[in-house]
Amino acid sequence: MINVALPKGRLGEKVYKMFANSGYECPSILENSRKLIFENEEKGISFFWVKPSDVSIYVERGAADIGVCGKDILLEYEPDVYEMLDLNIGKCRMAVAGKKGFHDNNVATLRVATKFSNIAKKYYAGKCRDIDIIKLNGSIELAPILDLSDVIVDIVETGTTLKENDLEVVETIVPISARLIVNKSSFKFKTEQIENIAKELKAQVEAND
Amino acid sequence: MIFEQRLKNEEKILFKLRYLYTQYGYQPFKMSKFEEYDFYARNKEFLVSDSVITFTDTHGKLLALKPDVTLSIIKNATEEKNTKNKVYYNENVYRVSGSSREYKEIMQAGLECIGDLDLYDMYEVVSLSAKSLGLISDDYVLEISHMGILSALLDTVTTDSEFKSLVVDCIRKKSEHELLECCEKYEASSEATKMLTNLIKLYGAPSDVCEKLKAMKVSKEFENATEELCQLCQLLKDTKEYKNIRLDFSIVSDMNYYNGIVLAGYINGVCECVLFGGRYDKLISKMGKRGGGVGFAIYTDLLASFDKECREYDVDVLLIHKPKTSVTSIQRAVEDLVAQGKSVSVQMSIPKSLRYKELKEMED
Repeated sequence: MINVALPKGRLGEKVYKMFANSGYECPSILENSRKLIFENEEKGISFFWVKPSDVSIYVERGAADIGVCGKDILLEYEPDVYEMLDLNIGKCRMAVAGKKGFHDNNVATLRVATKFSNIAKKYYAGKCRDIDIIKLNGSIELAPILDLSDVIVDIVETGTTLKENDLEVVETIVPISARLIVNKSSFKFKTEQIENIAKELKAQVEAND
Repeated sequence: MIFEQRLKNEEKILFKLRYLYTQYGYQPFKMSKFEEYDFYARNKEFLVSDSVITFTDTHGKLLALKPDVTLSIIKNATEEKNTKNKVYYNENVYRVSGSSREYKEIMQAGLECIGDLDLYDMYEVVSLSAKSLGLISDDYVLEISHMGILSALLDTVTTDSEFKSLVVDCIRKKSEHELLECCEKYEASSEATKMLTNLIKLYGAPSDVCEKLKAMKVSKEFENATEELCQLCQLLKDTKEYKNIRLDFSIVSDMNYYNGIVLAGYINGVCECVLFGGRYDKLISKMGKRGGGVGFAIYTDLLASFDKECREYDVDVLLIHKPKTSVTSIQRAVEDLVAQGKSVSVQMSIPKSLRYKELKEMED
């Protein structure tokens, strides 16, 4: 049996469809029920929904053999897992954004508000820029508007929220998309099943390109 | 044996490992809990985690709770031509542990073979690592890689250290898509890209992988490392452990310390790697010693999660006595039960949290 951790939400639904199209369907998952785990014994697969940022924890600790999560989570938490496939969905970018016309004059410590403190620290360390991280858990866009920070480091999909709040992308840090991750120990003992799933999903990614 | 039944799973394993290592002539190594911090700071990259717990001693000297045993063994190794120091240990180390990312006291068991090493020594250590895993569970996998193969391939592809470290990271994650992006960004040739992606896909039974490695034409250094790895696999072929051995190049260690084979052991049901080791000649020479070194460590703290068997009872007999029961009769009753191999808890009333198999009440 292969346990799959799927991220709750639109991305997870898209990912489930990819699994179903690959022959790993589990119709009970689409029923409106209070069940937490959905199993297809015949196909040897079971799915469960978890908070997107928890997928890597379930996989790293072996509660799930495989899972799908955004590259942002992998960069932020650096879990010790195999990252076997770029699913090419859930595409967005990790970017630095500030008030329209913002210019970093490099004279004072840069105040950076973000949920992704590890990514921000690494990015600015690479540029030898002294920063002050302000860790927030939501509504990041508010920070530069209320002068809590000079810039924010956050995920940008279409940029509409930024535009509506008179903010703009200053620079892109890294493109983000959903990745198939695998527990290292599970891969040793379920090699063939995991390889087959990865192969089927890869064929779909290539067909969609 | 009743005595053995009372041991926890990891304690049983430690006894078995100790017996196994002494059979092959390994001597016990005991070290103190602290070392000077400087000693670890000089070899920080060799440590699994670079977070070390430090404190100052009564003379103001900065000490560290030992995060590693190998470095101390190397420091104490004697240098005698054509001989080896063969030691094993069970020691607590203090460092940040795996996925919990918190400081932990970890019971580590392992062995080191240091000196003028030859192919037999390599075989002995690899075979003992497989046997050690076999003592824990029949369902295990020992993976072997060779740093010489990876570094020879990287040297052929590029001289750019940043590119090299990105490639190593992709190989460690088995991330072919990122490797391709990386090769494109650094304008690697299509031939180099192909060789690197081939290495990511190269894992499995030793005989299959060796055949494919031999077919790859990379460099003389690559050929030599392949030869060493394949010779070792050939020696392992007739052992009972061979069926559990795989080659996999995603096990990557610091190339400043490790130069030859690298080992990683997995047990079905344990989510992390439980055994890690390899050949570290570069560390030996960095520490000013001659010869080479090879060894491995088993993280026995991870085995506790593997031991799911839960005892139904805390004690066999709960012996309840009255306030006026004579001490000699309690003493006699307890000794009788213990002589029958039963565990006993003497109480005046029944403790809420104690689970017992049999209740015996004594008269006044």
